[in-house]
Amino acid sequence: MDFKPRNQKDQSLSEIRYTYSARNLWSGFLFGIGLVAFIDEAIFHQLLHWHHFYDKSTSNIGLVSDGLFHALSWFATVGSLFMFADLRRRKGLWLKRWTGGVLLGAGSFQLYDGTIQHKLMRLHQIRYNVDILPYDLIWNIAATGMILIGISLIIRTRRSLLKMKAEGRYAQ
Amino acid sequence: MHSNGHIQNDNGALFESILLILPALVIVIYIAAVVISSRRYQKWPLYRTFSWILGIICAASAIIGPIANRAHMDFTAHMVGHLLLGMIAPILLVLAAPITLALRTLDVQSARRLSKLLKSWPLRILSNPTIASALNIGGLWILYTSGLYGLMHQSALLRALVHFHVFIAGYLFTASMIYMDPAPHRFSFMFRAIVFTISLAGHDILSKYIFAHPPSGVTKEQAENGGMLMYYAGDAIDVTIICILCYQWFKATRPKESLAL
Repeated sequence: MDFKPRNQKDQSLSEIRYTYSARNLWSGFLFGIGLVAFIDEAIFHQLLHWHHFYDKSTSNIGLVSDGLFHALSWFATVGSLFMFADLRRRKGLWLKRWTGGVLLGAGSFQLYDGTIQHKLMRLHQIRYNVDILPYDLIWNIAATGMILIGISLIIRTRRSLLKMKAEGRYAQ
Repeated sequence: MHSNGHIQNDNGALFESILLILPALVIVIYIAAVVISSRRYQKWPLYRTFSWILGIICAASAIIGPIANRAHMDFTAHMVGHLLLGMIAPILLVLAAPITLALRTLDVQSARRLSKLLKSWPLRILSNPTIASALNIGGLWILYTSGLYGLMHQSALLRALVHFHVFIAGYLFTASMIYMDPAPHRFSFMFRAIVFTISLAGHDILSKYIFAHPPSGVTKEQAENGGMLMYYAGDAIDVTIICILCYQWFKATRPKESLAL
């Protein structure tokens, strides 16, 4: 990090954003993972009863990966929100970059769930006793859409970061 | 057969009355310490006293009373008791900061001896998050995947040992994750977060494993109910620990604005 402000007064908004751009991205990414995991578990498992946490005798790896992912998503949700609060109190919150992180995290988890867990490891399917194709299509296309929008937001904020950095050099 | 049951009952009654005195005694000692130390120092926060009383009641209700009695035949009741003893009571007792209170109350020499004990190498090993997690989660794996669960209901001594282990390991685990008391052997937030996530995963995997593979002497239906309870209630309690851990991080990393100017 070669853009260290000399003191607190020098720190303009863009400089703070520059300092905390990675934390914005991480906080959003982790929150996105937690959000989708929570929606999946609360709505599909518990409210709609479309599928359950143990649908068939799964492989041991499936069980372990599921447990790890569940634990990670709990920690990610709480931890990312505390990071969000930390960014706010440092006035370093960059909502556009954070949202990019959320969409990338949410989309990545959903696509992983929809392809690896549902299809490759066959842990469970979205629904049973119906034609599953439309459900799979909606789930995975929504995931891909989130990833694409997330990445475009991240690229755009990165561009303005690079621009800021260049201007900062001129100013010095 | 009949007389055997009778003798067991007599022993049980004696055992129960001892078990009833112990928690009451621990609560009285804590309150006495609060009174003594509040005279000398700042007032001891009321929530800590409440937390201690509630924690002791939770732990006691897992060993004596209706839940404990039903636990012999009902796996779900056993799991309720396990949650009270191994998860809820430890959090409440850690939040009550008993070691801080002891250090404030004891005379200087005894307090020094206590802090020396806390810094000793056996406690260094036991308070290591990885060791504490292994004792806590590993102990549960052994209990529910070996024949131990079935044996535990035949021997009162074994049952007492298992309860003791679940309680102590739960307390060690919680205390190694959230530092409410002085902790001489500290670990970074990141390290504790990683270890905690792995142990939470171990807990989740075990509860699903119980759901599918009933422990010895447990019916399929009971194992499913108990496994689900362990999964969801365990989550709720673990999220509380995560929130406390993250809040401690949030406080510790507060930017020092006044110094920058």
